[in-house]
Amino acid sequence: MAGRLVGLAVALGIGGPILAGLGFTLLAGFGWMPAIGQAGLGTAPWAAAFAAPGFATGLRLTLWTGLGATVLSLGLALALAQGMARDGGRRMRLIAPLLAVPHAALAIGLAFLIAPSGWIVRLVSPWATGWTTPPAFATTGDPAGLALILGLALKEVPFLMLITLAALSRVPVAAHMAAGRALGHSPASVWVRVIVPQLYPLIRLPVYVVLAFSLSVVDMALILGPSNPPTLSVWILRGYMAPDPAMALPASAAAVMQLGIVACGIGLWHLAERILARIGRAELRRGRRGGVLPQGAVRLAGALGAGLAGGSLLVLMLWSLAWRWPFPAALPETWSLRHWTGRGWGAATLETLWIGAAVVALCALLAIAWLEAEDRAGRRLPLTALVAAPLLIPQIGFLQGLNIAFLHLGLPPGRGTVIWAHLIFVFPYMLLALSGPWRALEPGLIRSAAALGAGPWRRLLAVKLPVLLRPILTAAAIGFSVSVAQYVPTLFMGAGRIATLTTEAVALSSSADRRVVGVYAVLQAILPLAAFMLAIAVPGALHRNRRALAGELTR
Amino acid sequence: MSLILSHVTLVPPGGTQPLFAPLDLTVAPGAVSTVMGASGIGKSSLLDFIGGHLPRGFVTTGGVTLDGIDLLPLPAEQRRVGMLFQDAHLFPHLSVGDNLAFGLGPDLRGKAARRAAVEQALERAGLAGFAARDPATLSGGQRTRVALMRALLARPRALLLDEPFARLDAALRAEIRGFVFEHVRRENIPALLVTHDAEDARAAQGPVVTL
Repeated sequence: MAGRLVGLAVALGIGGPILAGLGFTLLAGFGWMPAIGQAGLGTAPWAAAFAAPGFATGLRLTLWTGLGATVLSLGLALALAQGMARDGGRRMRLIAPLLAVPHAALAIGLAFLIAPSGWIVRLVSPWATGWTTPPAFATTGDPAGLALILGLALKEVPFLMLITLAALSRVPVAAHMAAGRALGHSPASVWVRVIVPQLYPLIRLPVYVVLAFSLSVVDMALILGPSNPPTLSVWILRGYMAPDPAMALPASAAAVMQLGIVACGIGLWHLAERILARIGRAELRRGRRGGVLPQGAVRLAGALGAGLAGGSLLVLMLWSLAWRWPFPAALPETWSLRHWTGRGWGAATLETLWIGAAVVALCALLAIAWLEAEDRAGRRLPLTALVAAPLLIPQIGFLQGLNIAFLHLGLPPGRGTVIWAHLIFVFPYMLLALSGPWRALEPGLIRSAAALGAGPWRRLLAVKLPVLLRPILTAAAIGFSVSVAQYVPTLFMGAGRIATLTTEAVALSSSADRRVVGVYAVLQAILPLAAFMLAIAVPGALHRNRRALAGELTR
Repeated sequence: MSLILSHVTLVPPGGTQPLFAPLDLTVAPGAVSTVMGASGIGKSSLLDFIGGHLPRGFVTTGGVTLDGIDLLPLPAEQRRVGMLFQDAHLFPHLSVGDNLAFGLGPDLRGKAARRAAVEQALERAGLAGFAARDPATLSGGQRTRVALMRALLARPRALLLDEPFARLDAALRAEIRGFVFEHVRRENIPALLVTHDAEDARAAQGPVVTL
């Protein structure tokens, strides 16, 4: 009964909007959009999209950047994880904060770092390069999308490493490493031929999530990607935002195409997995056992990535505190807090906090209800697909359609619809983060409580929730950082009138004043970090005399 | 052509005392020496030391030579020291045949020749026709026999046995033990067995060292 109620809530709250959004996008893609006086079904929007200048280049660019970033990220993550596995993942703690930084903030920082007038060029000019004005080559917005690939990889490598490290605990790495080496294989050979094949099925879904995201990313592509022609997702965004409302039709056709591209991308990837597995098996039968990984290059790439990510965050901070920083000075000439004391950012910060808090509260309730309903029913809810769907379906592919659906329901764009849209993308992450610790809770505790006469509600409120406080707050911090980072849902569902730190930072990123952008991007990065610190500090303070709650019992 | 340990001591990470008194031992080709001792005394660590699998942090003294070659500077994969563990550690993502192919040295060339070598090894283990099987479907005794064949296909110059019979029930134990020892003699390589079980030591018919 309770299970059915929770199932209904999730189906209506998450499945409903996705289906409605997909449906209306599909209709608009074939010319049916009565709101702007278009009601004739046909393929005219598709023809218009294909005829648009640079459209084919944009398609190629989308595939290249999306697949390229995923191949690079996965390859690097798996190669770096080999070193991480050896020291039990202790170094992982250093890069964990990077996971909380929103894509847009990192992209802005990276742009400030690698642009022709960026920090790197300033650090080596004019003494090494002789440049007194920024050089005339494109490093951000380069036509090949290399900066976009780099930006995506900086975010996705740490994510995939974290997932890989979690999966490694389910593979007997040390034992298989010893067995493989005793048979004459080098550690690199054992890693590639024995460990990775066992690991990959455990991380396949997150890899698909990264692939779908990279093929359809909007905010990073706006900041780092080429602008003329842009990637498909940015082309769609421009269509939806164009002054001429009729542009929404070809944009919707392209959105349908974007859905197809992600589906085909995942299909292709799956095919490549099988082919690679075949090749690997054939090589193994033939007796190949050489090392496949250039260890030095991998380590260099890891160090370079860490340096770029750290430098990106640092340069954001510098710009937000700069007053005068002319090219090619290595550091600001004069400093100022003026951009921090000016109150421009206050409203956007409050809006971000308010939306994030509401979304996290709703999702926490829903996730706890979901897991508790499973406990009471004694079985898993059969809705896993609903949880994975929002992570795999590109946002730009259905959110404008969802806007139309909300309008049909009499829900005008505003804070409420933004919160609902955020919920679709925050809930999966919170449920995934909480379900592990929840299901690992020592069953003896619950049985003891029941034996002492505590009913299901008292067991939930007096035992489970307090014992699980730490993982619940961690899940909340993850959910909050996901909410803070949302760009397209905030922009579309708020019809451009709801200004969060992310929408402001992205909107300002193309403007000239790096100091103002710096302030917004720093705030955008700090809020999630603060949430994570709270998630550590609060249980630490509440449970300071409860040693068992600090670790094993709840994990 | 023997495995020779001279004055070997091991101090575990963070420890101050060696795990056991300095150990001297010579194992002749085709012989099976047995190392016995209470659990935690460092029997498995000794085998890891010889095989090159000791975790970082151990402080070690003494020397190990095999066929006159100093083993200690070599990485595990170049020592040509085969190992059999309590768990067979068959790789679960590979078929039985591919597990054997993983061990088969790269010097044997040609698809047909390699497949024949795998088939022949399976036959010797009494598992003809098992090449395509999932290792998870094998019984405990079958797993141990496959693990031994996999180790032998890598043409080791010595074999270390880390309680490989401990999980087998009594009836099977004698049979598998005989099978392993027979192959050690046929290959004419030195073998070192670590065990709790006095019956294992007697069956090995070699010198017994108690740590």
